[in-house]
Amino acid sequence: MNPWLLFILPLASAAIIQLGLKRHAFFSSILSTASVVATFVVTLMLFNYKAPEGVLPYDWITVGDFKLQIGIQLDQLSKGMMVVVTGIGMLVHIFSLGYMKDDAAKARFFGNLSMFMFSMTGIVLATNFIMMFVFWELVGLSSYLLIGHWYQKDSAADAAKKAFITNRIGDFLFMAGILLFWGISGTFVFSEMAIPGAVSSCLLGVSILCIFGGAMGKSAQFPLHVWLPDAMEGPTPVSALIHAATMVAAGVYMLVRFQLSLGADLSANFAWEVISWIGGITALLAALMATQQDDIKKVLAYSTLSQLGYMVMAVGLLAGEAAMFHLYTHAWFKGLLFLGSGAIIYACHHEQDAWKMGGLFKKMPITSTTFIIGTLALIAFPLTSGFYSKEMILEAALHHSHPTFFWIAAGVAALTTFYMLRLVFIVFFGKARAHGAEEAKEVGPIMWVPLALLAIPALVAGSLGAKQLVPHPGFAEVAPHIAPHAGLALYASIGSLIIGSVLAYVFYWGKDSETINNPLFKVFRNKFYIDEIYASIVKWTQDLLAAIAQFVDEFVIGSLCVGGLARSATGLGNIFRKKFQSGDLQRYAFLMGIGSALVIYFTVFF
Amino acid sequence: MLLALVLIPLIAAVAIFFFGVPARMSAIVAAALNLAIALFAASSPDTVKISLQVLADPNINLNLALYDGMSTVMMMLTAIVTLAAVFSGTCPDGREKLWFSSSLLIAAGAMGAFLSTDIFFFYAFHELALIPTFLMIGILGRGDRKATAWKITIYLGLGSIVLLAGLLLAVNQIGSFAFEDLKAAGEHQNAIALLLLVGFGTLVSLFPFHSWAAPAYASAPAPIAMLHAGVLKKFGLYGLLRVAMVVCPDGLNHWLTLLVWALLANIIWVGLVTISQKRLDTMLGNSSVMHMGYIFLAIAALIANGENHIALPAAVLLMFAHGISIAMSFNLVDRIENRTGTLEISQLGGLAKTMPSLAFLFGLVAMASIGLPGLANFAGEVMVFIAGFYGWSWDCCGGQLGIIQIATIISLWGVVISAVYMLRGYRNTFQGPLVKTTENATRLTLIEKAPAIFLAAVLLIVGLYPNIILQLLK
Repeated sequence: MNPWLLFILPLASAAIIQLGLKRHAFFSSILSTASVVATFVVTLMLFNYKAPEGVLPYDWITVGDFKLQIGIQLDQLSKGMMVVVTGIGMLVHIFSLGYMKDDAAKARFFGNLSMFMFSMTGIVLATNFIMMFVFWELVGLSSYLLIGHWYQKDSAADAAKKAFITNRIGDFLFMAGILLFWGISGTFVFSEMAIPGAVSSCLLGVSILCIFGGAMGKSAQFPLHVWLPDAMEGPTPVSALIHAATMVAAGVYMLVRFQLSLGADLSANFAWEVISWIGGITALLAALMATQQDDIKKVLAYSTLSQLGYMVMAVGLLAGEAAMFHLYTHAWFKGLLFLGSGAIIYACHHEQDAWKMGGLFKKMPITSTTFIIGTLALIAFPLTSGFYSKEMILEAALHHSHPTFFWIAAGVAALTTFYMLRLVFIVFFGKARAHGAEEAKEVGPIMWVPLALLAIPALVAGSLGAKQLVPHPGFAEVAPHIAPHAGLALYASIGSLIIGSVLAYVFYWGKDSETINNPLFKVFRNKFYIDEIYASIVKWTQDLLAAIAQFVDEFVIGSLCVGGLARSATGLGNIFRKKFQSGDLQRYAFLMGIGSALVIYFTVFF
Repeated sequence: MLLALVLIPLIAAVAIFFFGVPARMSAIVAAALNLAIALFAASSPDTVKISLQVLADPNINLNLALYDGMSTVMMMLTAIVTLAAVFSGTCPDGREKLWFSSSLLIAAGAMGAFLSTDIFFFYAFHELALIPTFLMIGILGRGDRKATAWKITIYLGLGSIVLLAGLLLAVNQIGSFAFEDLKAAGEHQNAIALLLLVGFGTLVSLFPFHSWAAPAYASAPAPIAMLHAGVLKKFGLYGLLRVAMVVCPDGLNHWLTLLVWALLANIIWVGLVTISQKRLDTMLGNSSVMHMGYIFLAIAALIANGENHIALPAAVLLMFAHGISIAMSFNLVDRIENRTGTLEISQLGGLAKTMPSLAFLFGLVAMASIGLPGLANFAGEVMVFIAGFYGWSWDCCGGQLGIIQIATIISLWGVVISAVYMLRGYRNTFQGPLVKTTENATRLTLIEKAPAIFLAAVLLIVGLYPNIILQLLK
């Protein structure tokens, strides 16, 4: 089985749809779905593949002995990630067959999904930083195209643009970091990376932080998190696949890949501590924002932000195993939650406001049950997959010298329970509060079967364990090996579950409208006004600067300097014109050409 | 055979203008023939050098040759853009003679300049190509065409004269015109370098000599904007690499700091100017000025470190990629105006609904210009950035970044700036609801799409397989 199939299958599907099948919606959707099913099968077949020398890289750029290659790195880490990407990708494709059934641009949608699968595969299998950057950008494009799927809606078009530009800010740092790190280790290739002992920790730290900048964009970490909630303008299956399960986790994946490559050289550096702080702050802020959202997708979006913050924090704590493990379990249950919300939105006639739902448990039993299973996994209910992975992050935080991270993690866990149960209570229980919810009925099997299939890993993926995902020996030396055991971490986990549940029950069980009305929660509801602050910063700096630049360019340089020159030359020209009676521009230009040629000729030869 | 590359468009231009042969058909045939010959010349290992005596002085012959890979790449660029250009724009009735002969004349001049092997013809061919550029803007341009034509005539005229002074000083020092005799000048390197930087720089719209470019491209008819921005403008960069780097390496090094400031201003300053544009055509014109900064960055990296063997291929690859992409942009923006009657961004919207293939092609070239992998510009840009860090490592220079590395990092911010203006332009032109100007826009016909599809294919091929260009530069 040739690993290149992992690239070829989705790329061929995207290309064929783009070039030939634009008008054949049905065939496009089938082709795209078939390609992802095939990719999933190939991934499973490659699971025991052990011949890296069998994969010949493609020389993309060659200058002398300098080469940039597109290769394939198949190891435990990338195989595990490929299972997530293609597995969830496959279920999302199938779900979309139902969800996007009546969409006018179904062919474009599926073409772009295939494009995404291709790009994401590239990130996962990248052998070097430049290749990762290439696919990093392509994933950004796919995300842009899919968020803007309904581009005629202003909100969707704006959200797509915002996502791309915010990510670009991260990419600016990412590229700078890649180049700086190239200067440190002398290579772009992951398997050859090493840190010279004598390098200054300042330079190293800056380069690590710049590389982390890329992850900040893609994984939507504070302060670049603002694009992700807006990205919910895209069709819900896209939110599930790209903006919950896979693409947004790419930042975490990249960091873990980077740490793995450094292996034993991975040393304590102030950069990692900064990364933990950013992750922790993101986790906390996003969880607070999530407590007051009414849009069902927005709650899940902020929850995603918060969980990504968790993972990033774990990476910063040098517990890449815990981060990858949480990424792995989170992908399944968050994908499930998003698809579930998609089914609910679909059933309620495209209503997204949770307060206009209610009582759906009886009307949509399968969707509701699977959604609740996903919720249990997310709030780390014992024995679900999320319980194990969150436990591991708590343990990692506990072992870290700085206890703050542990308490942040525990607090976020309580908040998570609180906002998720709030959502479950108001959506599934009580009575229907709007026409759409009254008429809702269970979705068809093309949509609930993927939900049921996702519910299985949401429950049992935890038994897989982190060892199978990140078995790298160099890694384990640095990160203390962690096994779940009774201790402070376990008590904190259970404790936050109970506190969160009780609070959610008190405030929201059986309620028909928001019961918390105080100024602090208003700040949460308004997302700490970060969007507004950014908007005014952009308005007052970028636009002002641009206007000044335009002014100087046009009037100072353009009119005064050059215009002055032009005017004096025009005056001169007028004198000549009168002298030579040649009134038009053509002749002037012609004379000038002849003149220049004559000047050279005479200066040089006579 | 190389002579044919110059003579075919020249003869066709003369025949069209003076003898009334069918203009459009002849131009297309000439351009297609040129592309075929160029392809053949590029693929055959040893192309014959042409030598002709055209002036009274027996010492100065017209020598045409593929001097090295850089000439080959520029020849291909010229041939490709010329073919696309003769299919572009809407010629006003009764003006076919002027329209097509001017385009061909520019093509002939550019081809001659890139194939010349001595400074004299190199310069003279470029001047030959400039004249029809001025004329076309002055006669058939849009907006305030007379003023624009004057502005660029004087601007580029002055630039050419400064350049001429620099070249003459250089020739005076070396005692020969021929490229193969060029060597580092013994004296006056700083003066030569400054004259060449300002002269060539003006032609390439190096800050602060850039303000001619955007209005000129906005005013010029589509094929002229394509040929000038895509091909002729690269003359200055080609000249810096071909002549200045050899004649005055120390002189250029002397002015390196100045050059770095100028190129950063190209990228950041002009980038911000680009964001504030309210019309698509001036936005694209300014963006083309901005992107010159990256090529100058590669040149600066080469000046700072002559051993930097990534810098030259990076510069040439990006010159090629930019030439193709900017030509495609001007082709498409002309189609937008043709269908909607306006290029004011605020008056457009939702065009993707009525003109889907235009939206796709424009989106593709916008992404190329933003630097999306898979398209040629990204390969060039990433090589430029790598060139900026080539040879730097943590243990050299006391762990400090050099001027080129700092400039590279600042230049990287340009990738954000270009995303901002390109996506804003795209968003407001093609997305959102339909508006009055766009609701009745008719789709492009196949022949109207053809040049953009052709250029898009080139961008894609070079983007996926940049070695097709790079291997020419060995």
